[in-house]
Amino acid sequence: MSVLADISALDPYWAQTVLKGAVVALVIPTGALILGWTFLFKMMAHMQSRHGPMEAGPHGLLQLLAEGVKFLQKEDLTPDGADLRVFRWAPAVVLVSTFLLYVVIPVGPDLIVEDLPTGIYYALAVSSLSVIGILMAGWGSANKYSLLGGLRAAGQLIAYELPMVLAVVGVVIQAGTLSMQGIVYAQAEGSIFGIDWFGNPFIITQIVGFGIFLVAIQAELTQPPFDMPVAESEIVGGYQVEYSGFRFLIFFMGEFGTAFAFAAITSVLFLGGWSVPFIDPSDNIMNVIGPIAMLTKVMFVSFLIFWARFTYPRFREDQLQKLAWKVLIPLSLVNIVVTAVLKVVF
Amino acid sequence: MTAITDREMRAYVSQQAADARVNVEIETEGMTLNIGPQHPATHGTLRIVVKLDGEQVIAAEPIMGYMHRGYEKLTEVRTYPQITTLINRIDWVGSFANEVPFVLAAEQLMEVEAPERAQWIRTILFEMSRIANIVLFLGDLGAQLGGVTAVFYAFRDREYVLNQIESLTGGRFHPNFDRIGGLKDDLPKGWVEETKVVMEKVRGFCDEIEDLLVGNEIFQARTRGIGVIPPEVGLAYGLSGPNIRASGVDWDLRRDAPCGLVYDELDWKVWTHPDGVSFARTWVRLQETREATKIVDQLLDGLPGGPIMAKVPRIIKVPAGEAYVETENPLGAMGYYVVSKGDLNPFRVKIRSASFNNVSIVPWIMRGVYVPDVITILASLYFILGDIDR
Amino acid sequence: MPPKLPGLIKGLGVTFKEMLKPTVTVQYPHVKEAPPTRARGVIALHEENCTACMLCVRECPDWCIYIEGHKVLAPPRREGGKPRAKNKLDRFDIDYALCMYCGICVEVCPFEAIFWSPEYEFSEPRIADLLHDKTRLGEWMETVPEFEPYEAGAEVKIKKVPR
Repeated sequence: MSVLADISALDPYWAQTVLKGAVVALVIPTGALILGWTFLFKMMAHMQSRHGPMEAGPHGLLQLLAEGVKFLQKEDLTPDGADLRVFRWAPAVVLVSTFLLYVVIPVGPDLIVEDLPTGIYYALAVSSLSVIGILMAGWGSANKYSLLGGLRAAGQLIAYELPMVLAVVGVVIQAGTLSMQGIVYAQAEGSIFGIDWFGNPFIITQIVGFGIFLVAIQAELTQPPFDMPVAESEIVGGYQVEYSGFRFLIFFMGEFGTAFAFAAITSVLFLGGWSVPFIDPSDNIMNVIGPIAMLTKVMFVSFLIFWARFTYPRFREDQLQKLAWKVLIPLSLVNIVVTAVLKVVF
Repeated sequence: MTAITDREMRAYVSQQAADARVNVEIETEGMTLNIGPQHPATHGTLRIVVKLDGEQVIAAEPIMGYMHRGYEKLTEVRTYPQITTLINRIDWVGSFANEVPFVLAAEQLMEVEAPERAQWIRTILFEMSRIANIVLFLGDLGAQLGGVTAVFYAFRDREYVLNQIESLTGGRFHPNFDRIGGLKDDLPKGWVEETKVVMEKVRGFCDEIEDLLVGNEIFQARTRGIGVIPPEVGLAYGLSGPNIRASGVDWDLRRDAPCGLVYDELDWKVWTHPDGVSFARTWVRLQETREATKIVDQLLDGLPGGPIMAKVPRIIKVPAGEAYVETENPLGAMGYYVVSKGDLNPFRVKIRSASFNNVSIVPWIMRGVYVPDVITILASLYFILGDIDR
Repeated sequence: MPPKLPGLIKGLGVTFKEMLKPTVTVQYPHVKEAPPTRARGVIALHEENCTACMLCVRECPDWCIYIEGHKVLAPPRREGGKPRAKNKLDRFDIDYALCMYCGICVEVCPFEAIFWSPEYEFSEPRIADLLHDKTRLGEWMETVPEFEPYEAGAEVKIKKVPR
């Protein structure tokens, strides 16, 4: 009996919703914690020839928990002259967009919160909601630095939506479906030019799309080299500069939660998701192996994202925009055309 | 009808004031933004008031003096060894270099010449302070532009140089080692070998930074073509050091006016770059670091034996007169104008610091650049606040 | 303007290689690095040699040394000689909140009564505790290191301990 069928049989409907909501609410901090400890603390530290946090817990495992507690017990400051309602609701809007992203991420054949038939389309649409939150933060902080950061964010995030979407179109053409589980099955059961046992992870045929998608999510997460909105040495935190304590914690969780979600989406789209070669994807054992495989792939993609983050200086705003409009979009359009032609021919 | 409380009245008034502020800001031409005095990019407490049109700068004005410590007044009530201690702290990153022109000026007035070994070791320490200074610059440049990893590499390799300075002088940041007539003490055993190893490590760091930062295309896109300083303008504003050499002016006080330091006995090169952009300034400084390591290697190889201190009286009274000595410090040309009336204390010491003149070009250079470029230009001009404000 | 790739890839290579190398930091306070012999950590006082000549007090740029003493008569060195006037220190305080660690006092002392020691862990929660009196300064004498030999070619007179 599949797990999803059990849950769907629960009556009334609200019990289902509460359960699913609880799962999402638990996974986000956990995902953020894992990413934060591994990459933000340890990997960044070792790349910089140092240890990172070592005191809180063995090898600093509890450091993020300690920081969470620290943030929670800070004073709730609001700047004088801030638009209070906008200021207070901005972090919540950003976090809501993160929560909604986790709804369509599959970690096993039955382990998905809701298998929407338009899965990937929904995910891309919902991820753009965070722009509103950032603009609200930029405006509501009554601070010129925040305003600059918010405006930069608006330009950047909207510009990089297009390459992100267009890079995915190639994958969708190859998979033939928009649903996330469908894309995983298409990769697990597909074949590359006749070779059958390996499956068909789309990274091999869609390498250009993979590259464009990675660059686009780096920009969507406002990570260096695309972190103009939060340029720490220029506008000192941009739209986040007036937020302290609990509200900053929400921004932080939103950022790392979204990074986890985007890495998961990348591994679903390009690396085969929870499927593993040699094992039949509809097997029940995949409910156990799937999450592990998914976590490994997420870690790999996050490694790439954070590796670029710690190495590169940041682009200037106009160079950023030039890169998006003049390089990534034409490249992704060419990718779509080539994929479509090859799909018809082969 | 309830009475309006005091609190509500104040909230209402501040709300109106906030609205008025915002309205004024939106309607006026150009938004005034305060960069500093507390800002990660201004190397200290420098305040730059920029008038922005969107993201473009219309006008910029640096406001200095937040760190003024009154050095020139302090020197009037201190004896010469005490002043040597204090002036270590003007440019606190390459600190031995601050002592050298002052001690040379005093030696000129006293007509004392330091023995040869002292002059050689002085030059070694001078170049090591240059290395320490510019290595920090390279790391800091990465930080300003967003590549945070470069800072850690810079500080890691700077530690080796500082350890060497500490094992010789006792102080990492403030050596306080120069004395009128020579140096305080001689080299401890094994110092020459260790320093050669450290110079090798610094060369490795330069290669690493070139791969990580200077050769990086994003970095080049951020710095090429930004902040062009034509040589005439640079000379008119009094720029010195790597800033002016990056505009193609071949002027280096180490070669042109060595007085007291032994550069004329060594084989070294002055690096210039024709462009005058931020990238040029970075590149010139990178090459200067490499050149400095080679100079130190030559100095260590050819170090003569001998005494470390000339015969000077215990209580130093400098005879009356005036002397001005300028040397090629890591930040630029630093000079001390010492006026003495034959006392224990100098009558007046005027400090010509390099960063003060380097920053004076900011209003000219910031016209029409974007806000991120402001940071790039400030980072590439490289000033230390202690040097500007004294 | 698509960025050319080689510089970007090399940068990634640098950070990747650095990640695999061992770290250069030490976990203070579990592991402590030893400062060099000449490191200017704290000043130690050898009370018998001090004659309260006040040279260090005068030469200190911050005037952070406070000395008070009085003369006592000590027995003569040989039989039938005059009693010697020796100095006894009442008070010898160094205020480390003001001290710049410049070393002028150690350098000008003609009687080798104060020395440098590389100890640096004496921070206090209250500023008033940073005034070390002569007992505490005497305790630092145990940490004064032995003299280090000079490099070849030096003609400096060998002193008893690093000054």
